[in-house]
Order: sequence, then structure tokens, then C-alpha cells
Amino acid sequence: MSGTPLLSLAIWVPILAGFTVLATGSDRNAPLARMLALLGAVVGLLVTIPLYTGFDLTTPAMQFVELAQWIPRFNINYHLGVDGISMLFVILNSFITVIVVLAGWQVITSKVAQYNAAFLIMSGLLNGIFCALDGMLFYVFFEASLIPLFLIIGVWGGDNRVYAAFKFFLFTLAGSLLFLIAQLYLFVQSGGSFSILDWQQLPLTLTAQKWLFLAFLVAFAVKVPMWPVHTWLPDAHVQAPTGGSIVLAAIALKLGAYGFLRFSLPIAPDASHELAGLVVALSLIAIVYIGFVALAQEDMKKLVAYSSIAHMGFVTLGFFMFSAIGIEGALVQMVSHGFVSGAMFFSIGVMYDRVHSRQIADYGGVVNKMPKFAAFFMLFGMANAGLPATSGFVGEFMIILGAVKFNFWVAFAAASTMIVGAAYTLWMYKRVVFGSVGNHHVAEMTDINGREFLILTLLAIGTMVMGVYPLPFTDVMHSSVNELLRHVAVSKIQ
Amino acid sequence: MDMKSIYLLVPLAPLAGAVIAGLFCRVIPRWVAHTATILGVAIAFALSCVIFKDVMAGNTFNGTVYQWMTTGDYKFQVGFLIDQLTVTMMLVVTFVSLMVHIYTIGYMQEDPGYNRFFSYISLFTFSMLMLVMSNNFMQLFFGWEAVGLVSYLLIGFWYTRPTAIFANMKAFLVNRVGDFGFILGIGLVLAHFGTLDYNIVFDKAKSFADVTIPLFGAGSSVSLMTATCILLFIGAMGKSAQVPLHVWLPDSMEGPTPISALIHAATMVTAGIFMVARMSPLFELSDTALSFVIVIGAITALFMGFLGIIQNDIKRVVAYSTLSQLGYMTVALGASAYSVAIFHLMTHAFFKALLFLGAGSVIIGMHHDQDIRNMGGLRKYMPITWITSLIGSLALIGTPFFAGFYSKDSIIEAVQLSHIPGSGFAYFAVLAGVFITAFYSFRMYFLVFHGEERFGKAHDTHGHDAHAKHDDHAASDDHAAHGDDHHGADEVHEEHHGLAPGQKPHETPWVVTLPLVMLAIPSVIIGYIGIEPMLFGDYFKDAIFVNAEAHPVMEELHHHFHGAVAMALHSVTTAVFWLAFSGVALSWFFYIKRPDIPAAIKARVEPIYTLLENKYYFDKFNDVVFAGGARLLGKGLWKGGDVAVIDGLIVNGSTRLVGWIATVVRFFQSGHIYHYAFTMIIGVFVLLTLWVGRV
Repeated sequence: MSGTPLLSLAIWVPILAGFTVLATGSDRNAPLARMLALLGAVVGLLVTIPLYTGFDLTTPAMQFVELAQWIPRFNINYHLGVDGISMLFVILNSFITVIVVLAGWQVITSKVAQYNAAFLIMSGLLNGIFCALDGMLFYVFFEASLIPLFLIIGVWGGDNRVYAAFKFFLFTLAGSLLFLIAQLYLFVQSGGSFSILDWQQLPLTLTAQKWLFLAFLVAFAVKVPMWPVHTWLPDAHVQAPTGGSIVLAAIALKLGAYGFLRFSLPIAPDASHELAGLVVALSLIAIVYIGFVALAQEDMKKLVAYSSIAHMGFVTLGFFMFSAIGIEGALVQMVSHGFVSGAMFFSIGVMYDRVHSRQIADYGGVVNKMPKFAAFFMLFGMANAGLPATSGFVGEFMIILGAVKFNFWVAFAAASTMIVGAAYTLWMYKRVVFGSVGNHHVAEMTDINGREFLILTLLAIGTMVMGVYPLPFTDVMHSSVNELLRHVAVSKIQ
Repeated sequence: MDMKSIYLLVPLAPLAGAVIAGLFCRVIPRWVAHTATILGVAIAFALSCVIFKDVMAGNTFNGTVYQWMTTGDYKFQVGFLIDQLTVTMMLVVTFVSLMVHIYTIGYMQEDPGYNRFFSYISLFTFSMLMLVMSNNFMQLFFGWEAVGLVSYLLIGFWYTRPTAIFANMKAFLVNRVGDFGFILGIGLVLAHFGTLDYNIVFDKAKSFADVTIPLFGAGSSVSLMTATCILLFIGAMGKSAQVPLHVWLPDSMEGPTPISALIHAATMVTAGIFMVARMSPLFELSDTALSFVIVIGAITALFMGFLGIIQNDIKRVVAYSTLSQLGYMTVALGASAYSVAIFHLMTHAFFKALLFLGAGSVIIGMHHDQDIRNMGGLRKYMPITWITSLIGSLALIGTPFFAGFYSKDSIIEAVQLSHIPGSGFAYFAVLAGVFITAFYSFRMYFLVFHGEERFGKAHDTHGHDAHAKHDDHAASDDHAAHGDDHHGADEVHEEHHGLAPGQKPHETPWVVTLPLVMLAIPSVIIGYIGIEPMLFGDYFKDAIFVNAEAHPVMEELHHHFHGAVAMALHSVTTAVFWLAFSGVALSWFFYIKRPDIPAAIKARVEPIYTLLENKYYFDKFNDVVFAGGARLLGKGLWKGGDVAVIDGLIVNGSTRLVGWIATVVRFFQSGHIYHYAFTMIIGVFVLLTLWVGRV
């Protein structure tokens, strides 16, 4: 097994599958396209399993490394590798791809091949981002992944999809231009290297670090998204088809957070310490401010989108406390959010497919017609509110506990999510699911079918296992996180 | 089978029952659901007895079941601490739960959610057991939230009722306010002790007694123990419904009666009391925290009792008495009489579960009419319910020789002996509480079981009044669903039909009366048996820690104690006994002898009555300030911050700015030669001015 280029497989299997699906052409071959897409997604997931089973817990170094020249003239390499920080996201992404293909099975009926191809290709590109160890390779994947998502929103989206697609595209593109400039600066400073690992060892003045940090911050903050550059997310979610929302929430939001750990902290450690207060403040605003904004939403997707922003606030908060419990808590929160927000968006999609509305006011008493669905939705709602025995609890618990040591009042503000997060989730649940049957649309709803049951069960298993037994998830992180903390503690100023 | 597997089996047996009844609730017949869950809880109870015997033989246990997570230097695990305190709670929880399971067969007979209900109550039993058996704060919090979840599910069990789904959300959110403090308290423990294991934390606690932390800026210093204990106690205030976080408990009566007995009287609401007793090594280090505890408890004990007087819903009377009794337990905690608090917790679990189940039996007999003004004279029709409810009421008001007497009297004496700041007020509160408890308990008892038979008449107005009030409540929460609420309310009225004219109440089946009898027995004898070992013997051993030098209450209490019989006989000479007696006498006079008096008094003291009717306006305040304020804030931040400023001004504004610049630039490229010439002249003029100015 050791010789198998697992990471290349994780990247190229979905992409090739995507092009194969694309080749089936028009909707006459839709059933074939779906089967091929599912096959590609499942194989894509299977090839990532050895990443976990063969993972060496003892070393913080990159594993499953692949290195080949790509553009020798600029010393750009096809350099791949994963560590305890990125490995879980490759698997999570491949898992979510299976979910997404299943989620669009009966729902997407036009341009089926193109739809599935877009998701498969995007899945490969996203894996590329998590595996890339070459800055330029990372950038290529980072930007390329925008295109499928842009198309998914723009083609299969809702009524206002073009505005949302452009807003999404321009926001993230604007951020990443600064990122490109930062990379070019590092290329020059390092004497012509695009290796991220080289950059992490590169001595830099505090001023240079600060500029780099701010450039990274803008690029990644848009992706996370952090307040105040978050407003593209609710629009994008509302307009995106269910599958698009799932990938967006479960994986795409993690890219920015991942960038902080791969670039900001190790490349500019002194600036990270210096400017941690800024990020912590923005994170707390995301948690508190956005929590209240979520409370006021009348559109379910917007509500969950805002709650995603609040949950991602925990992630950035966890990073900048510079403690193992904070960073690992943030990583756990990222994985958990993949399951939970994916499940929340899928659940909303299930209802949308039946009633064709996302407005809370158009529902009421769904439990009377869809008891099985209501049980699942309750589980995910509780996970969203951070209840123990669900994955949503673990990350929040770790970050709040870590924050008490960091600064009591930071923890105080962060812990307010215990109340506000429960309030917006349960209030929505009450208005949508509980009560008597609200109107004739609800009266005509039918309970989930086998396919929906399967998807919800898969996500429920992920959510519960991680909540009851998070050890297997945190164990793989320890070496890399400890090494990162050790690295960040050493000044780079010379 | 070794003891460790037995420990494990205690929570897992109810969990298995819950999983069977829950996952397959739509396919299995009813008998499978109730057999599986009752079997699970019965196993848990039987094994708890085995463990009790083992612990009494001196075998305690503290160990890990599995490693939950590690991070940095911190280790979190799921594990059990089995000692005298744990096993006491396990016995109470599994016994009451078993009784409630059996009772449910009769109570929920006609309910379509039968299997689901069994699944929930077994899941609750599992969660509660995990809570009390925990050996660390993480698992404590885990169980803490899990019981809250089940409580939420059960209060909203009848999910089409607007009042129920309002009440369950309210309960969850108010509890979350408590948990907010609780988790910060746990955070302080982890930050300073570096572990969440009880044993290590309690061992180290002494060395942290004088540690201060700069909580309010660099200059200030707050005792670490005071901050930690108060934060932990805020968690207890939520779960054990202490003022001002008590508001959810009366509304929780929307749930089916069996869970009111199990969750909202006997077990879950006492989790806070248990937790503080468990944390006694920490609380003993902070007199400030103990003062806080005793004052909060005293306020709850006294003021919640007043509200019991004016309730007309049979379950709400019992609910307010629960609040008041929880206040008594909290007062005992504050007086460092932890063992007395646990003792009262235990006796209260039996007699309050009995009272609730008795009330449920009355509700069945009355065909789901809960208004005590429509009852009267039921003793003839429901003899077993009558006798057992009488026993429960006598135990509650502290009649000598009954269970409640020993525990409550001990609390009052302990408070009298305490020197903690606030104990003077607490003593007054618990003393006055005795009279009030006796009055409202027997008001209910007389109105239900004695006097004129008022049932079977056209009493719709009462029922509708009560419901209309609740509906307003729910509707104010949620304008969007206003129309739906009324739709739902119609169905509620149908369910509450009550007795038709001429119809008589009937005694309930044996599955209902058996638990009543089984609970009536400990309600009489458990105090007599328990007081000597639990309070003055070495029953609790090291499970509860009291700093006897600083808080010598228990020792002094021991001096005054000369055996259970002597205590009961002596009580006749104390004020406590006569207060209770006069409470009963007064209620007899008001509600049997001269039923016209209450109405006259009510008219006289209208403002006080209104204040009580509105429950001191806590609900209204929370509704307007917190619920309304949060929604308003959310809307303001959304419309003002996100939509107007960020999107309107900055995002869409910058696109407009680009458009505007384009328009302006386009103006310069007009193609007319005189535009260019004019621009050049201005340019030259500006440059000249600058150049001249420089010189």
C-alpha cells in the first residue's frame, strides 16, 4: 500500500469520474449519469479510508507525501501530503460527496450529468486544497474550486441565483487576489520557493509578517466567513440547490479556517500573536452578533447559514487562543459542522422538495405528517445547539473550556451561544415541526423515502459517533497540533 | 459478574429499553414497548440494590469506563464514582422511575404516542443515572444536558398543543441560562485544576482556598472558589428551578403527569441539589457562595409557596409546592447541611412523586379535568387515591413520624443553627413556609377529596378561562403562528372534556394504584428509618465533606438529637408543628367550613392577588425584556447591520461607486475638444497655484 499515491487518487478519482459523467451527455442518459456519479463518489471515498487506517499518530510530519516537478522554471511542484490537521478533511469531503450525489438523486432532473460532474470535479479540487504543499498548487486548486460552485449556484439555483453567484464569486476572488500577492512576496523572499513548508521556516520581520498576516486574513476571512465579510454566505445558501448548500457549508467554509492553520499561524507567528486580539474580537462578534441575527431570520436556509457563521466563529476563536484544546476543539468543530450543517441543509431541502418554500411561516406541524423526518431533524437541531452526545457539543465544549483559561470574559461571550444558539434552533423547530398541521401544503407532505432515510442515517451516525466517542478524531490531531503550537511559540524575527 | 459490569449495566439496561421502544416505536406492539422498558428499569433497580449492599459493606468505586477524549494535557473520560451519595441517588431514581413506568401503562393507555413515551422515560432514566454516577464534571454536564433534552421532549410530548410546545422551549432555554453559568464554572475548574476528575479536584481544593483571580480587570481580585461555586450554582438554579430561573417549572406541567412526577418532582429537578452536595468540598471553601445559596433557596422556598395558594390547576399546586421544597433543600445546602438536603431530596422524591401520581389518578378519574374547583368529595369514589394522597400531603407538611417531618424539621433546625450571612432571613422563610405549605396542601386536599361534589356540572367557563390565558401566552411568543395556535387550542379543549353531567369519577386501575401504594410506604417510614444513619451516623462517610470547624451545624444538630421517636414527640412543643397545624386548620375553615370566605378575602386584597396571579410578573418581564429584546436586537442587527450597512452601504455601495466613477470618467472622455481644453486649463491653474504656494 505504501507505494500507492493515495492523495493523487483522492484528487483525481473524483475529477476523472466527473469528466466521465459529463461524457454521458444529455438528460436521456440521466440514470446512467447518476449511477456513474455514485460509483465515482463511493470509490473516491474508499480510496481515502487508508489515509486514516494507515496514518502514523506519532509524527507531526507530512504523510503520504508525493512530489513531482510541475513548472520547473518557477520551481512550482506537484507536492502533496497530509498531516493530522488536513487528513480528516479529505475523508470528510469525500464522504460529503457521496451524500451530495445521493441528495440530488431524484431532485435534480435537468442537466443531471453536468450537475453531478460539477460536484465530483469540485470534490477532487477541494481534496487538492487540503493536500497541496506547494503554494501555487494550493492557489490553483483554491481558485479552481470556485468555478464549479459558481456554476452550481448560477445554473441550478433559485430565482435570484445570478446575483448570489456573482456576489459569492467576487467576494472570494477579491480576497484571494491579496493572497496571491502574499504568495509572490513569499516566493521572492524565500529565494524562489513555492513550498509552504519552506515558507513556514522562513525568517521574516514583524512588519512583513503583519502585512502577510493581513493579506491572509482578508483571503481566509471571506471564505470562513468572518464578520463583516460574511454577507455573501446567506445569499449564496438561499439561492444554491440543496447539494450546493451542503458542500458550501460542510467543506467550502473549512477552506478559510484551514488556511489560517496552514499559512497564517506558521508563516507569520509573531504577527499572529500580535494581531490575535483582532481575530478574537471578530470571532466573538461572529458568535454573538450573528447569533442574534440568526434569531430574526424568517427563511430557514438563511437561519442555518447565519448559524454556520456563528459556529465558524468558534473555529477562528479556537485557533487564536494558542492552546491545544483550542485548536483541536476548533478542528473538531470543523468536522462536526460538516456533519451537522450538511444535515441541517439537507433536512431543509427535504421539506423544500415537498412544499417549495423555505419560509418558516409556510410550515407548522410537520411532525404530524413526517414523524421519522421530525426525529432526525430534532437530532440535528440539537446537534446544532451543541447538545452532548452529538458532535456539536464536543468542539464548543473544548473551545469554551479553553477560552476560560485564555480570558474569562472571552469565554463568557462565547458561552452565550449556549442560550442564543439553542434559542434560534429550537424556535425554528417549534414553528416548523411542532404544532397542528399549519396549512394544506403541510397536510400533503409525505414522510421521508428510503434514499432520504439513508442520507439522514449516515449523517446521524457521524454526528452521534463523534459526540459519544471523539477520541479517534482527536488522536490523529495531537502530533501535528502540538508541533504547530511549538512552532508558533518560536519567534521568526531575526 | 464483577461489580464493574454491574455498574455498567445499571445505566445500560434502561438505555437498551429506550432504544428498543424508540427506534421501533412504530412497528412494535405496545406490550413489547412497556415490557422492554420496565424490564430495563427493573434490572437497574435490582442492581442498584445489589450495589447499595456492596457500598454499605464499604466497597466504593472510582474508575474509568472509557477514555472520551484527550487534548493537550487534559484527559476527559466517561467513568463512575460509586459511593454512598451515588447509590442513594441511584436507588431513588430507579425506584421512582420503575413506579412511574408501571403507572404509565394505565395513564397513557389511550395515547397514540404510547411507545414513544416509554422510550423517553427510559432514556431519561439512563441520562439521570449517568449524571449521578459520574466521576467527573464532563460527564456530569453530559447527563445534565441529556436530562434537559428528555425533559424538553416530554414537556412537548403533546406537540400539537401550543401551550406545551411553548413550555418545552421555555424550559430548555431557561435551563440553558443556568448551563451558561455551569459551563463557565467547569471551565474555571479545568483552567485552575487542570483536570475535571472529582477526586483530584476535591483533593486539591483546599490548596486553592485562598487563590484569587483578577476577574474584573487587573486590580480586582475575586476568590477563585467563590467564583467557581457561584457559577456552578447558577447551573443548579436552572435545573433545580431556583428564583429567578424557576419560571419553567410551573409551565412544565403541560407534560403528561407521569413525567411531572418523575422528572419535575422526584429526580431531574433535584439534580442541582445533588450536584452541590457532590461539590461540597468546593462549596465549603467559600462562605460567600454558601450565603448566595442560602438566600436564593430561602427566596424560592417562601415566595413560590405563596403562589401555590392561588392555583386552581391540581398539577400546578403540586408544582409550586415542588418549587418551594426545592428551596428548602437549597437552604439546607447553604447551611452546610448537605446530608440533610439529600435526606430531604429522598423523602421528597417519594412523597412528591406520590402526590403527582395521585393528582394524575384524580385527573384520570375526572376525565382529564384538572381544575380543583370542579372536584370535591372524591374520597367516596377513589378511596385508594384518597388515602395515598392524604399520606402524601401529611408527609409534605411535616406531620410527626411521616417522612417529610424528619427531613424538613432537620432543615429548619439546621438553618437556625447556621451562622452564614443570610441564615436569619432563611430561618424566617422556612418557618413561614411551613404554614404556607400546610395551607395550600390541604386547600387542595379538601377541595379535591372533601366537601361538596362540584363535578359533572356545566363548568366550561373555568376550563376555557384557563386555556384562553395560556393561549395568549403562547401567541405572544410567536405572532407568525398566531392563527395556528387557535387551531391547536380547539383540539386542546376537546381533550379536556371532564365529566359529563351525572357522570361519577371512578377509581383507577391497579397499574395506577399500585405505584401509589408502593410510594406511600416510604413516604411514611423512610424518614423514621433514615434520619439517624443518614444525618448523624456515618452513612455518607467521605461522600460529603463538611468543614466542621467553620460550619459546625451538623455537630450541633447532633447534640439536639435524641432518637427519631423523641424528635417526633418533642416537635409538638415547637412552633413548627403549630404552624403546620394552624395552616391545616385554616384551610379546613376556609374551604370546608366557610367556603365564602376566600372569595371575600380575594376581593379585599385585590392588588396582592393580582401580583400572585401574575406570578410576580417574572414571565411578563422575561417575555418583554429577554425574549422580545433578543428578537428586536436580532432584527436590528440584521436589518441595520447586515442589510443596511454592510450590504447596502459597503458591498452594493462599492459596486455603485464603481459605476459612479465610470460615469464621471466617461464624462471626461466626451470627445468634445472644449471639454479637454477646459480640463487642461484647470489643471494648469491648480499646478500653478501649488507651485506659487510652495514658494
